[in-house]
Amino acid sequence: MPSNKSVSDAPIVQFTNCRILRDHQLQREDLWVREGKILNPEKLFFDEKGSADVQLDCKDSIIAPGFIDVQINGGFGVDFSLATDDFKSGIDLVGQKILSHGVTSFCPTLVTSPSSVYHQVLPQISVRNGGAHGAGILGAHLEGPFISKEKKGAHPEHCLRTFEAGAFQDLLATYGCLDCVQIVTLAPEMRRSSEVIRELTKRGICVSLGHSVANLSQAEEAVQHGATFITHLFNAMLPFHHRDPGIVGLLTSDRIPAGRRVFYGMISDGIHTNPAALRIAHRAHPKGLVLVTDAMAGMGLAPGRHTLGQQVVEIDGLNTYIAGTKTLSGSVATMDTCVRHFQEATGCSVEAALEAASLHPAQLLGIEHKKGTLNYDSDADFLMLNDSLYVQATYIAGKEVWRQDVSGM
Amino acid sequence: MKLIILDNYSQASEWAAKYIRNRIVQFGPGPGRFFTLGLPTGLPRDHPESYHSFMWNNFFKHIDISPENVHILDGNAPDLQAECDAFEEKIKAAGGIELFVGGIGPDGHIAFNEPGSSLVSRTRVKTLAMDTILANARFFDGDLSKVPTMALTVGVGTVMDAREVMILITGAHKAFALYKAIEDGVNHMWTVSAFQQHPNTVFVCDEDATLELKVKTVKYFKGLMLVHNKLVEPLYSMKEMETERSQSKKPYSD
Repeated sequence: MPSNKSVSDAPIVQFTNCRILRDHQLQREDLWVREGKILNPEKLFFDEKGSADVQLDCKDSIIAPGFIDVQINGGFGVDFSLATDDFKSGIDLVGQKILSHGVTSFCPTLVTSPSSVYHQVLPQISVRNGGAHGAGILGAHLEGPFISKEKKGAHPEHCLRTFEAGAFQDLLATYGCLDCVQIVTLAPEMRRSSEVIRELTKRGICVSLGHSVANLSQAEEAVQHGATFITHLFNAMLPFHHRDPGIVGLLTSDRIPAGRRVFYGMISDGIHTNPAALRIAHRAHPKGLVLVTDAMAGMGLAPGRHTLGQQVVEIDGLNTYIAGTKTLSGSVATMDTCVRHFQEATGCSVEAALEAASLHPAQLLGIEHKKGTLNYDSDADFLMLNDSLYVQATYIAGKEVWRQDVSGM
Repeated sequence: MKLIILDNYSQASEWAAKYIRNRIVQFGPGPGRFFTLGLPTGLPRDHPESYHSFMWNNFFKHIDISPENVHILDGNAPDLQAECDAFEEKIKAAGGIELFVGGIGPDGHIAFNEPGSSLVSRTRVKTLAMDTILANARFFDGDLSKVPTMALTVGVGTVMDAREVMILITGAHKAFALYKAIEDGVNHMWTVSAFQQHPNTVFVCDEDATLELKVKTVKYFKGLMLVHNKLVEPLYSMKEMETERSQSKKPYSD
């Protein structure tokens, strides 16, 4: 039956025979989509006297909001921290390939790099909607160079910097352009970090704590100035100590400003964090857990050597180390693998696992009114998954942008 | 009247559902030939627990009814009496109500036709009894001042015009009302009793609702269950009913 033409001409699609993730539960409900947004069928029925133009049988799939990856350094041979000539096509390639992992929005991440790299690369990253061409870009995540020498991990030491001299102006000079920067990771123990955090927060940029030797008080102070995220919890920070839990202590700190929540990224590939540690973090603060891949150029490629910014890294199975060392450097995990591993390791519900990759990152970035949920009027970016949480199809703005090959693997 | 007595709430609901299904299939609706199902109306539109939400979540979203074929009295209409009159016209235009399904209040009311309502009343604005307001308070966080004191309702006369009426009564708190409805006389203080004068009524209830009835009545109708259960046996599909109807079988009647 045609919809009421006086409201909208656009076709209405009704996805039936599915279980949708809504209000933190899997409910047996139909999903209605019009003009790239989730539609309220009750309003459609009573106010517009409309009904579906197309009905699609989802064969009892789970429908979840599309995954949002806020830390991904590259993949498929593309390294976001390398200022190549074909940088734009590199980002497009990654954006297109990660659709099959269920990622519908992402933050291309740059590791510590020389200032020239930022000046060349950042203007080429633009916030844009996803579609058949690839996942949407929410903005860049700049991990470094204002991080601690002692916890540099795989970041190149010669590019590390401080902002002692000019605080925010130093930061701005290093990066060049902050227009499409969504997240900045820094070490809060650095002098004048409070000013920088306040200034970044004022501009709507999410400040994350990471690659740092800060103690709990320094971390709490940073949160009070506006920091809201922790970059890959446990990795590149002081280990939890019972008399000074360090950054890890933020998960249960009582000095977080009222009404705010601290989120923390976890790379749940089974390598960066022991499952027992993953469980401790999850149980301490389940609502703050954000799954990230921290994937680097070698993700999706055969084992061997690849670059990560200024470094050379070696892939060996699921492990990625700086060539010749045992220092972890990024991962080759895919988002859907992380979701499955997270669910298995923590024994959490399917809903919680899916929300850690969709709702929580959206809440972190303050965009949950349009991404990360299947609520009425939010963007129709969603996935069809089977019961084992393997992605069967990816939809952006209500259109199918990827489907699992039935014949393929 | 057919009095159908089942063991409990779920069985009573299931029997009633199957009966309605069979009636629809037997009727064979199609374009222009509407099976008009009448239901009692409820709360105003704005509230999240509104009748519209209730009907959507419990009925409309599970079936393929066209929105144009759904007519709900609008408590927010600018001219309420005109809204009621228009509603009566719409019923006539659809060919009259084929089957009206309703419940019964503890005070014996059908739809919002509270005690004292005229037995020949039509769709109108009705003041609500205190009992009903108290019962509805649960939809308004227990705040009595927020509960509407008036409602639009189909009249007793409107329901009497339906070709068949089915009343669902479950629970011990409805037992006295059921007794008044079927074992006492026709009385406007117990408006459901009006259906004693309707040629085609079905009362579906559970054991608890029969607690105030004479043992003789209950035994009599339980004895008829063998015959009554034939009414809910699975029927053919609507397409096959087309061919069935040409070799017309008389439907069971009392």
